[in-house]
Amino acid sequence: MAEISQGSGKKDGKVRSKKTSTRIDMTPMVDLAFLLLTFFVMTTTLNKPQTMEITMPEKPKVEDKQPLVNEKRVLTLVLGGEDKVYWYLGITDPKVELSNFSNDGIRKVLLQQNAQIKEMVVLIKPSDQSKYKNVVDILDEMNISNIARFALVDITPVDKELIKDSQL
Amino acid sequence: MGKVKVQRSSTSIDMTPMVDLAFLLVTFFMLTTKFAPEEPLAVDMPTSVSEIKLPDTDILTISISKDGVVFFNMDGKYNREELLAKMGEKYGVQFSDQEVRSFSLLSSMGVPFGNLKQFLSMAPEERKLVKQPGIPCDSLNNELADWVIFSRTTNPKLRIAIKGDRDAEYPVVKNVITTLIDKKVNRFNLITNMESGS
Repeated sequence: MAEISQGSGKKDGKVRSKKTSTRIDMTPMVDLAFLLLTFFVMTTTLNKPQTMEITMPEKPKVEDKQPLVNEKRVLTLVLGGEDKVYWYLGITDPKVELSNFSNDGIRKVLLQQNAQIKEMVVLIKPSDQSKYKNVVDILDEMNISNIARFALVDITPVDKELIKDSQL
Repeated sequence: MGKVKVQRSSTSIDMTPMVDLAFLLVTFFMLTTKFAPEEPLAVDMPTSVSEIKLPDTDILTISISKDGVVFFNMDGKYNREELLAKMGEKYGVQFSDQEVRSFSLLSSMGVPFGNLKQFLSMAPEERKLVKQPGIPCDSLNNELADWVIFSRTTNPKLRIAIKGDRDAEYPVVKNVITTLIDKKVNRFNLITNMESGS
């Protein structure tokens, strides 16, 4: 027979109904519930992408006149490879200096120059070796240092020469 | 002597209210989570301190992978069907209903338009195995520009977002940005992750 005999002590053959508590042990269910809860909490909060809104200038038409800016107010940042940032002031015979993306790096430079120069204009020139991350980082730095006037510009051969000559 | 009777209470506590609450929260989070559709590329986004959240709808995402492959994605099933019809008209390609449907359910896609018909006729499992070459966006053959134009005519409320990988080379990103500016899209979003406190 497929019946499982429960103990051999029953001699009188009386079926005794076992009294069990009506309460069930909820612990495993609670465990599962909290497991799911933590899972969903984690997945929802981590899944919120941020965005950085940038507005680029319209493509200049041929007849448009570009506004002229005093070169003393211009700070140029050239983003190089390996997370390097070269920066220089002005255009005529500039002194190229090297910086990086750490807290004491380009942020310090930006804050310093922003305090010294009135209505500073920052030109950001990412070189072909730079990564997308560098561009986002530098735009972020603009945000952090409250610089309102900046532009993302293509790198020129002159800039490339300057960087090469600086040997930094 | 008066004996002090210690009241005996059961050591097991009633867990029912806690369970109620736990399940309430579970159902809430289950219903609110939206699982991101499977993307053909993994993009590790750069971080920023920006706190603007990306809206959930009316988004055109241009993804750039680490290797500089450009992918295109637009949300809205019906908008996608309309977009494919418009693109097909311009390039002179006819799509079957089946292909249109599979395009409307696709997430990011990075195949040149010439190969799109073949790509759509594949089974979803097959599609995953295909290495997508990306959407051409250089000055010689700029299909991305057409995608952007027709997407905007299909859905004028569209916002354009660039989702680039941290290590994507800048020249590719520059191509995409120049394409957008050429098509008079001067305002766009760069999707980033939250900066972890440093």
